[in-house]
Amino acid sequence: MAQIRIEDVRKDFGSFTAVKSSTFTIEDGEFFMLLGPSGCGKTTTLRMMAGLELPTAGRIYLDNEEVGQKPASERDIAFVFQMFALYPHMNVRNNISYPLKSQGMRRDEIRRKVAEVAEILAITDILDKPVGGLSGGDRQRVALGRAIVREPKAFFMDEPLGALDAEFRERMAEELRALHDRMNATTVYVTHDQLEAMQMGDKIVVMNHGVVEQFGVPQDIYDWPATKFVAEFIGSPPMNFLRFNGSVAKGQDSIALDGTEIAVPPSIDERSGELALGVRPEFVKLDDASSYRGRIAASEYLGTTQIVTIDTPSGRIRARIPSDATAREGETVGLRFDARTLTIFDDATGRALRSQGNREVLEHG
Amino acid sequence: MSLSVTDPNPRTKWIAGALVIGYAIVTIMPLLWIIATGFKSPADSIAYPPKVVFEPSLEGYVNLFTERTRATEGMLEDAGPPTTWYERIVRDQGMVITGPSRYGERFLNSVIIGFGSTALCMLLGTMAAYAFSRFRVPLKDDLLFFILSTRMMPPIAVAIPIFLMFRGLGLNDTHLGMILLYTAVNLSLSVWLLKGFIDEIPVEYEEAALIDGYTRFQAFYKVVLPQAATGIASTAIFCLIFAWNEYAFAVLLTSGTAQTAPPFIPTIIGVGGKDWPAVAAGATIFLVPVMVFTILLRKHLLRGITFGAVRK
Repeated sequence: MAQIRIEDVRKDFGSFTAVKSSTFTIEDGEFFMLLGPSGCGKTTTLRMMAGLELPTAGRIYLDNEEVGQKPASERDIAFVFQMFALYPHMNVRNNISYPLKSQGMRRDEIRRKVAEVAEILAITDILDKPVGGLSGGDRQRVALGRAIVREPKAFFMDEPLGALDAEFRERMAEELRALHDRMNATTVYVTHDQLEAMQMGDKIVVMNHGVVEQFGVPQDIYDWPATKFVAEFIGSPPMNFLRFNGSVAKGQDSIALDGTEIAVPPSIDERSGELALGVRPEFVKLDDASSYRGRIAASEYLGTTQIVTIDTPSGRIRARIPSDATAREGETVGLRFDARTLTIFDDATGRALRSQGNREVLEHG
Repeated sequence: MSLSVTDPNPRTKWIAGALVIGYAIVTIMPLLWIIATGFKSPADSIAYPPKVVFEPSLEGYVNLFTERTRATEGMLEDAGPPTTWYERIVRDQGMVITGPSRYGERFLNSVIIGFGSTALCMLLGTMAAYAFSRFRVPLKDDLLFFILSTRMMPPIAVAIPIFLMFRGLGLNDTHLGMILLYTAVNLSLSVWLLKGFIDEIPVEYEEAALIDGYTRFQAFYKVVLPQAATGIASTAIFCLIFAWNEYAFAVLLTSGTAQTAPPFIPTIIGVGGKDWPAVAAGATIFLVPVMVFTILLRKHLLRGITFGAVRK
């Protein structure tokens, strides 16, 4: 198992730059998520780590060995493709044993290993079937079997659950995570689904337009987004932005929003101009005592909670409140924000200003 | 009555069946005619009205494979009574066998040149198609168009330059020359057809093989080739049919050692009157290899013709 380090990696396809100077480290044994919208460069990054694409510039270290320009076959890694890519002209057993055959392993040894892997994945009964007739879940297990049978340095997975039905997806996500915990293997997993990333990942890299936006543990990324993009991409509904024109000085712990003082974590950066106050929907509280007011435009009932859409002087925001709270359309309500959770963004650059709240998260990475 | 879209109603099926049978009769009739003529006597073969029921005879086949001469009394005495069934057939015509004909060699030439050029064409075509399908080839579209453009005129249009070139290179009337020529003619179609088939094979299969520790070439022949088998088979049939049936270049460029069956068959007719049964026998035997090859690969051929029509 291995640590993977990406340093200043860049990938150009002709005049198009898919990945711009990415740097991050994946620790040994981590379940690491590459998250971002389609076309953000996450799959290209993964393929460069695997050796299916060679980087235009930069270095990739696998266990301190520079492998950036090495072909995939020499990197000793496993890759699970979105469409599984099981060899259609072979049965399940041959699919799983194929990577072992390339190593010239003895036949009885191969048989033993395949049986062992089949046991782990509960696919012993389908070993001699052709792969053509298998269900999505079984194909997924065979693809995993082919990956784990050779005990590679790392697993790379490109949206492995994307091709599955919703019902299978939940189960396979759990199985994948359980499998990872059991093998304790370094796993890099590409997804565009932020819920999947939060649910399964030890660490997440959020990418957009070929740039690493933020990198860290799910909780930190959710609580203290480094950019507006991350704040919006992660969380459903996304973080609200209340735009205002003003200034923030060092140590300042409140801002004026349409004449109302709002407490924020003491700022470290200074900035003036177009700013945006970011607040997660679950930290917006309806409180008639508050002088900051808005008008309820709509509410959606979601079982245990409801999402209330509120028009404020600084823009439309959404709040997640208990479903038993009353929120009638057209009503004007007072709004209170939980001061410890707020982030101020520079609206022009999209970057978060550092404060006592997010300094640890933003300064470590 | 069923309202299913995919299941036609009985009357539609009946009409479709009748049309198919009608078309089959039109196309199979000349074939049956040739096969029947091969088993007729020379008199029956030119009888008018044509005989559908006739007494079968192997005269045509015997004449095809033998050289004969009209026998004089003395020759018949020297030869003694006929010892084999085919000698008897020749004697009945008042002739004696002077030796085997060259049909056997010519047929063998056709086999060597036809299958040789098909094999070479598949080897080069598959690799070229793979490269065009998978790699970033500079000027790829121009090259592909250029390859296709070699088929925009009938190959025989360049007969004279090829003739001169072959003469200069000493390739006239050689097996190698004919194999190279047919390969060159067929390669453009092969590259295009095979590229279509390889394009349909997801690149992930090869990537999986690369990850599994195989080299690119191993991935090509262990993973891509088995999946392109259908495409290779159907392309091979097209190539073989062209090379097998080709007449014009064969007449022009071969005369002795490398002559194929197509230019030879018409010459049979000149031996002592119009020997239609022998010509028909030669044509019938000539049809057999392509028919066997096509029947063996017919599933692939059908898929080859309709390829790309339905996405998997």
